[in-house]
Amino acid sequence: MSVNIFGDQVTEERAENARLSSFVGAIAVGDLVKTTLGPKGMDKLLQSTSTGESMVTNDGATILKSIPFDNPAAKVLVNIAKVQDDEVGDGTTSVTVLSAELLREAEKLVDKKIHPQTIIEGYRIASKAALKQLDSLAVDNSDDSEKFRQDLTNIAKTTLSSKILSQDKEYFAKLAVDAILRLKGSTNLDHIQIIKKVGGKLSDSFLDEGFILDKRFGVSQPKKITNAKILIANTSMDTDKVKIFGAKIKVDATSKLAQLEKAEKAKMKAKVEKIKKFGINVFVNRQLIYDWPEQLFSDANINSIEHADFDGVERLALVTGGEVVSTFDNPEKVKLGHCDLIEEVIIGEDVMTKFSGVAAGQACTIVLRGATDQLLDEAERSLHDALSVLSQTTKETRTVLGGGCSEMNMSKAVEQAAQNESGKKSLAVEAFARALRQLPTILCDNAGFDSSELVSKLRSSIYNGLTGSGLDLNSGDIQDMRELGIVESYKLKKAVVSSASEAAEVLLRVDNIIRAKPRTADRGH
Amino acid sequence: MQAPPQSMEMPDMSNAIVAQDEMGRPFIIVKDQGSKERSHGIDAIKSHILAARQVSTILKTSLGPRGLDKILISPDGEINITNDGATILSQMELSNEIAKLLVELSKSQDNEIGDGTTGVVVLTGALLDQSLELIEKGIHPIKIANGFENACKIAVENLDKIADEVVIHEDLKDNLLPSSDLFKAAKTSLGSKIVSKSHDKFAKMAVECVLNVADLSRKDVDFELIKVEGKLGGSIDDSKLINGITIDKDFSHPQMPKSFEDLKIAILTCPFEPPKPKTKHKLEISTIEEFKNLQDYEQNKFTEMIAKVKESGANLVICQWGFDDEANHLLLSNDLPAVRWVGGSDLERIAMATNGRIVPRFEDLTPEKLGHAEKIREVVMGTTRERMLVIEGCENTKTVTCLIRGSNKMIVDESIRSLHDSLCVVRNLIKDNRIIYGGGAAEISCSLKISEEADKQKGIDQYAFRAFSQALDVIPMSLAENSGLDPIETLTTLKSQQVNEKNSNIGVDCLGNHQNDMKKLFVIETLIGKRQQLLLATQLTRMVLKINDVIISGKDQY
Repeated sequence: MSVNIFGDQVTEERAENARLSSFVGAIAVGDLVKTTLGPKGMDKLLQSTSTGESMVTNDGATILKSIPFDNPAAKVLVNIAKVQDDEVGDGTTSVTVLSAELLREAEKLVDKKIHPQTIIEGYRIASKAALKQLDSLAVDNSDDSEKFRQDLTNIAKTTLSSKILSQDKEYFAKLAVDAILRLKGSTNLDHIQIIKKVGGKLSDSFLDEGFILDKRFGVSQPKKITNAKILIANTSMDTDKVKIFGAKIKVDATSKLAQLEKAEKAKMKAKVEKIKKFGINVFVNRQLIYDWPEQLFSDANINSIEHADFDGVERLALVTGGEVVSTFDNPEKVKLGHCDLIEEVIIGEDVMTKFSGVAAGQACTIVLRGATDQLLDEAERSLHDALSVLSQTTKETRTVLGGGCSEMNMSKAVEQAAQNESGKKSLAVEAFARALRQLPTILCDNAGFDSSELVSKLRSSIYNGLTGSGLDLNSGDIQDMRELGIVESYKLKKAVVSSASEAAEVLLRVDNIIRAKPRTADRGH
Repeated sequence: MQAPPQSMEMPDMSNAIVAQDEMGRPFIIVKDQGSKERSHGIDAIKSHILAARQVSTILKTSLGPRGLDKILISPDGEINITNDGATILSQMELSNEIAKLLVELSKSQDNEIGDGTTGVVVLTGALLDQSLELIEKGIHPIKIANGFENACKIAVENLDKIADEVVIHEDLKDNLLPSSDLFKAAKTSLGSKIVSKSHDKFAKMAVECVLNVADLSRKDVDFELIKVEGKLGGSIDDSKLINGITIDKDFSHPQMPKSFEDLKIAILTCPFEPPKPKTKHKLEISTIEEFKNLQDYEQNKFTEMIAKVKESGANLVICQWGFDDEANHLLLSNDLPAVRWVGGSDLERIAMATNGRIVPRFEDLTPEKLGHAEKIREVVMGTTRERMLVIEGCENTKTVTCLIRGSNKMIVDESIRSLHDSLCVVRNLIKDNRIIYGGGAAEISCSLKISEEADKQKGIDQYAFRAFSQALDVIPMSLAENSGLDPIETLTTLKSQQVNEKNSNIGVDCLGNHQNDMKKLFVIETLIGKRQQLLLATQLTRMVLKINDVIISGKDQY
């Protein structure tokens, strides 16, 4: 006699089944993004069935975000990739692949009847050993600004080499490093504006020292202003309505209406007069400026820009050193923005306003050019990845070597740790080392080299004490990574190892999956 | 008016239970019998027991430090990974009534004690399982229940006897050392959870939190003062305790200073906006003078508001509502950093922490009502624009915030639940410092005691006592099973060891420490928690055994 305790359509998977379903799901996700790993990784074309839009990308997080998964384990991995993206900005594919590999190894151990908790214990020992090794490998060059800059350029190059920008990585690496160094330690990437314009080739992209606003001056105002004094405002320049709730205008004669209209106009005029008192020659407003006030500004030889959005205003305030203003009674208290030259420039087919020779140079603009929208989108994503990694590196300045070097070194340390463990745990520790070695193996496979051959070469080279060796995926042999300049951020690598082992642990602990009845679109029936 | 329908619709006679009166006319006893389900007598009890058993088998694998987790998928496809009994049960979408009772059971354990929610369900399942055998022997369910009740009494007495006391140091700092009892207790409660990766950190966090807010003289802990905040990103190790308050907001104007010291905080629940009287009103403007007056009024209002705040000496404004653009700028130009849209509960906590008063109107603002704290700073996380404000060095040092980090949502959620559990354990210890030893030691000792008492009983109670003692054995057996040990062998060894060594601290060695004495391993549980488990489980068993007829009326037809 069995009793059904669950509600309608609730399904339950138990013990082995549950474990199997989470392993299968996670490994499938890992295999899905595996081929995009490394400088020779391939891209994915994602097509939306509902809108028909397509996207070409190689960014793990973007791929995973766009695919709807049903498997809970797959969702965990997607989540991990997303967090990696938010925290470090890159390494999303690595983290997914590593956790999938860890689970693949765990599956084998579970088949050997090893308790999942024992595997977890082993994995914890292993990840601790790996992180310790990583820590000892890390190099900090932040004291030497010349060397640090070189480090940053190398990190940018390594990050970009696996992306669409790899053809022009030298150029873009320099671009990204310049942009980041302008931020002077801030990690707020909003200050770097990326403008995409179709047309031209990728290497036509450029970093603009100044600031480019995708807006134009008002009609019939001069196109060029030198020695500009800028007032940045957030105020309504349309009708400036009465804000008191419930106020309503009621008149009983047309003449009165006309008077009121006049009063309204006078109010606006008074506002413009107040603004004039600031002694400015450029007025930038976040909100709309109506024709009449615009005309008043033109008469007063003040150039006006309307409807610059939130980000635009905020960035402009940063670059020009002005304050965002909403009241205009105290001109002496307000800091105005300054810049040497404002002019309209033509990028591609569009006219934009360029502020150059700005007072505070924290913000800057990168203009990306490229053949198609998809290309530009992917270029933006890649550049964003590089910028995020760089900005995080300015905080955590240590670096480690790429090209499978760090992974192999960690794997070595983990294997040594395994030898010191007694009991079943040591099997799990060894499995962790194997999973780490999978990353260089996949790098080789993707580049079309004989992975078994190359990885074992790399392994022997590192075991022989050449801790700087890694895979040179252009020539297909083992090289010193430091010489090749293949450098990655320590924070990135650390996040990859710790998040991946956390994710694997979460999934390993599962022995039961209970799925509630899916909510259906038509409620009630 | 419409005429009522002439004939009533004939009831569906095919399924109805029909009796006949003395005239031979049929009348219906139970209408629509076909759409109703009824089970009664032994069948009903048996099916209930089976349902309860199913629930407890699901939970059984989550018991103990090596218990496993469950993935729960909500109707919207959200996933939740947990091994907290109460959470699992509440999200399982159970339809069976008895199963729902078990959910309630674990909830009440959660509310009272906050820990041991899995254990109580497993114990109930075991008790019901045992009573099934007795029922099959033909023993009346109520008699079984009575016997259980008596056995439970003896078990609870036994618990009191074997209980030990932990030391809570007078000096609060001493309790934070890894050697202190409180610390070790917090650590035990975290053992089975995912956070055991950074075990010491969380244990320390729990103890520090509770001690910070505890009133040791009254033995009272106000959980309102502890806020556990989860934030995605980083690893579990990055979680930390903040002696102050975090607000998940940033300053209202991007150019306000990001950090400054010596705060005088005005806590407002009135918006920096033109006044909006609550009564419905209409303001009609018909002349230019009125229009102008209104404009002046509007502008003066803002300056007035700011002046009021400034007058009171405040240098930080925290407001529940939004700011008008103009007001926002005025705040900036008057050097009044401000935070807007702060939620009600956050506002209360800020007021409590800084000894400030929540002020509903600008007119009421006085220097005495301001809150005081040492420092505020803006913390930026990761590459996205995640920012939060941290207020530190509050005047009322008792408020604490635990900031939990983790690489994904599931980990963060689960860590928050785990931390909550261990907070509860520490709180319970402060309330009542008596403990018993875990790892099934207490259950084994009670089981031995009851089976000893069983032979002294007359009549059916003897059977019930034995059944109760066997049910208690299920806990150490499940612990052993989850740890990959042979359950029967482990249990028998432990039992003989307890009897031979007259040591009631012998329990299951879940973590492979080669040590069975739980006192040495310091695996403890609170006495009140364990007692509650026994009492609740027995109560629920009695309730289930008493039900002998279930009528489920048919679903509404639509």
